[in-house]
Amino acid sequence: MSNWVVIICCLFYLCLLFGVAYYAEYKQKKRKSIINNPYVYALSLAVYCTAWTYYGSVGQASAKGIEFLAVYIGPTIMAALFWPVLRKIIRICKTQRINSIADLISTRYGKNFSLAIAVTLLCMIGIIPYIALQLKAISVSINILSGTENSPAGLGNIFNDNTFYIALALSFFIILFGTRSIDASEKHEGLVAAIAFESIIKLVAFLAVGLFVTYGLFDGFEDIFSKAANDASLKKLFTFSEHTSYSTWTGLILLSMLAIIFLPRQFQLGVVENVQENHLRKAIWLFPLYLFLITLFVLPIAFGGKLLLGESAVHADTYVLALPMQHGATLLTIFTFIGGFSAATSMIIVETIAISTMMSNNIATPFLLSTQKFKAKGDGQLTTPILNIRRLSILLIIILAFLYDKLVAQHFTLVSIGMVSFAAVAQFAPAVLGGIYWKHASQRGAMASICVGFAVWFYTAVVPSMASAGILDLSIVSNGLFGISWLKPLSLFGMEGMDSITHCFFWSMFFNIITFVAVSLNSKKSAQEIYQAEIFVDIFRHSTTTENNVIWKGTAYLPDLNSLLANFLGTERAEKIIATYAARHHISLENKKADPRLVAFAEKVLSGVIGSASARIMVSSVTKEEELKINEVIHILRESQQMMELNKELRRKSAELQKATDQLTSVNEQLKDIDQMKDEFLYTVTHELRTPLTSIRAMAEIVHDNTDMEEGQRQHFLSGLIRETERLSHLITQVLNLERYESGRQKLNLNNVILNTLIAESIQSVKALINEKGIQIQTSIPDTMFIIRCDADLIQQVMNNLLSNAIKFVENGTGRIKVSVHTNHDEIQVWVEDNGRGIPDELHELVFDKFFQAKNQTLKKPQGTGLGLAICKKIVEMHNGKIWVQSTEETGSRFIFTLPNS
Amino acid sequence: MSNLQKILVVDDDPYILMSLEFLMKKNGYEVMVARNGTEALEIVDKQIPHLVLLDIMMPDVDGYAICKHIKSTKKLKEAKVVFMSAKSKEADIQKGYDLGAALYVTKPFSTRELMRQIKELLS
Repeated sequence: MSNWVVIICCLFYLCLLFGVAYYAEYKQKKRKSIINNPYVYALSLAVYCTAWTYYGSVGQASAKGIEFLAVYIGPTIMAALFWPVLRKIIRICKTQRINSIADLISTRYGKNFSLAIAVTLLCMIGIIPYIALQLKAISVSINILSGTENSPAGLGNIFNDNTFYIALALSFFIILFGTRSIDASEKHEGLVAAIAFESIIKLVAFLAVGLFVTYGLFDGFEDIFSKAANDASLKKLFTFSEHTSYSTWTGLILLSMLAIIFLPRQFQLGVVENVQENHLRKAIWLFPLYLFLITLFVLPIAFGGKLLLGESAVHADTYVLALPMQHGATLLTIFTFIGGFSAATSMIIVETIAISTMMSNNIATPFLLSTQKFKAKGDGQLTTPILNIRRLSILLIIILAFLYDKLVAQHFTLVSIGMVSFAAVAQFAPAVLGGIYWKHASQRGAMASICVGFAVWFYTAVVPSMASAGILDLSIVSNGLFGISWLKPLSLFGMEGMDSITHCFFWSMFFNIITFVAVSLNSKKSAQEIYQAEIFVDIFRHSTTTENNVIWKGTAYLPDLNSLLANFLGTERAEKIIATYAARHHISLENKKADPRLVAFAEKVLSGVIGSASARIMVSSVTKEEELKINEVIHILRESQQMMELNKELRRKSAELQKATDQLTSVNEQLKDIDQMKDEFLYTVTHELRTPLTSIRAMAEIVHDNTDMEEGQRQHFLSGLIRETERLSHLITQVLNLERYESGRQKLNLNNVILNTLIAESIQSVKALINEKGIQIQTSIPDTMFIIRCDADLIQQVMNNLLSNAIKFVENGTGRIKVSVHTNHDEIQVWVEDNGRGIPDELHELVFDKFFQAKNQTLKKPQGTGLGLAICKKIVEMHNGKIWVQSTEETGSRFIFTLPNS
Repeated sequence: MSNLQKILVVDDDPYILMSLEFLMKKNGYEVMVARNGTEALEIVDKQIPHLVLLDIMMPDVDGYAICKHIKSTKKLKEAKVVFMSAKSKEADIQKGYDLGAALYVTKPFSTRELMRQIKELLS
């Protein structure tokens, strides 16, 4: 394959990346963010998998078997801790507008400048070789593909070097999408989308090679593994071999656990570019799933390569590319190459962005601001210089990486560079983790720990490589520094038996942590530090209130703040954000003297642009600050604590009050309902009383006024008078009865009663009426004696009511009434049936309402008070029974009431 | 055919009916009685009374409906309607007058007073 085809493929792929990034930014402008999506977030985290993963895992597996898995197990374990750890870091960075790991550390420790610079330098020293490694991977893979020799070392023929042009194209891409906005804490949507896209490409490409090798060149996993198992040299790769010590495993797992958070590229995508904390929930399982998939075919490819190419000169690191190439699968080869290319570029892009932000914010911008003497006058005067600084930093990093690859890398073994980088960033772990969980962690402690850790790291990881490259005297490695044997960089204090990385990790962390704890406990902290420690450690309690409580004392003038911000953001934008903030917090802008909250806000906005340490200096340059005493900070913190507790208490109280109000309202509603029911009842009762009263009055007046009336007629009126008076008193009695039952004032006089007798007595009492109307009465009661516990008088009343209703509703002469008793396990049913004109089904429930008849004038009005059935219902319910009515098979009704069987 | 003025008494309570029938006769009117709305509608159309004493709450057709019928029937337009009802709410009374009643008495009422008012209405 010729060189230019490969170059065209690379350029085509880069164009595709530009397209994806542009599309994402186009969507962002339309307010349809692509990256506000948990899947994109999880995919972007897969920037962890670099070309080193893509090509190197197979090489490592070929040499050391399953040991390569350790660096994937670490992140998988860490993913489980994303929610408690990473979420806390994300919350801190969002509320404090932190945009890099250097900024995080310096902000936590009192916005300290030197700390930010130290972290930035360590990142540069630790990571630039790692970027160089990726460039190397690209050039090696291009050379394999085009069949040319590896490019010679040195800068002799730089313009014939593919890598040079690719590096240029990448710088262009990073500058274009990485320096869009001056606020580095804003999201780089295009960039993140491109990285997520690259993660898909490299995964699919690797799986494609895996499938090709496993099912194309072999007959599946079983085939490869059984063939490998028959090969003596491969058999040992299945298990922990003598190469693999448990300390190495532990070391690599721990190291990669820290790397997944502290590598600048991981911090950039995992924290700075995170849109929603909630996306972590999906990432917790999606990211490990990704790692699982991308490692799935590592062993098959490694075995396949060994079995098929083991005899040839092909290096195991290039099996991924060599296997499809040697078997003539051209398209797959190109796709595989693109996969590796994407793994390398994604790492280069993100790592460069992250480090360039740190470099420009912490080193270059402060330098610029100090030399220009910063005159606060221009509108957006500083926007372009700062963006240019960032662009230059990007270029510088790529150039440094390129030079490292060309000039230095030749002397080192490349494989370990990745792990050396991991160990470098691990030096931040005590300062960061201690900083977010331990309030006593101090600036001096952090500074000391990073410096000591860095020194030990350099001595144990970098010095031996430099020695073996001939830069330093080899005797340092073999005899120790100054010939002191316990200072041998590969076996410090005589510690042998660990591989060099684990050894470096162990000792650097050992000294790092000890220094951190010891110095922290023995150093005085500034007011600013104490405040930041409180905010960081208790971020979940403070994140809502930090805006309102500010530790700043002094005099500041609004125009000064405005022009300070305007320098960086432009006048219009500066005024707009100040106004928005002031409106939200009800701060008046009339006053020339700025509210302390505005000062703090301006500082926070600036932090996003130039980092917290620079922002601190900028703000203090335009304001007259008074130093805060420690007890003032403590006072502020205590107040905010009290405020929070007060708030909580208030919320609780108001919730209780709301509950009480709701209860009162509902009781009130009930009372109103009851009141209305009472009103209605009263109205109906008086109404029912009016009718008999009318006739009584009329008849009495007639008898009184007409003394000459004939005797028969007078008798007629007088007996009418008596009847109506009876009706009236009956009504009154029933109203009073019902009222007594309903109010619960009626006590039941419970006795053991023989139901059979009770029924017989009831029938006897209406016998006269029955005979008068010529009604046929029938009883059907089993022979057994039913003894029930009840108030005999009341149940008698129920029976009488039901019987007299039945009598009322049947026709003279043809009327039939049947009384029967039925039992089952736990209740006794008494049935009273008639063959009267019946009750429509829809009224079956309503007939038990008080004065139902009176309200339903469509029914023919029979004599009676309209309270009988309501009273029956009440009495039966008082006995824990039920009463209802059915239509019989004929025309009539069947009233049934139940009593519990005692 | 006598020249006596005709009065129709409508009520579903037998004692009230009986009392009012007695009183009207005694005062020299020709009296007809109806125990429910249906009967009342038949009688008004046939007999064309000068005055109708109307109960409102009756099981089949209520007094309001009968009044409406009377007021909308041409040959009955001279007939005066007197409601007598236990419904004592302002709205019910108003409804009675709105339908064209000459009088609305609430139960219980004094027969003496009622007689005096009827005489006035028919004079």
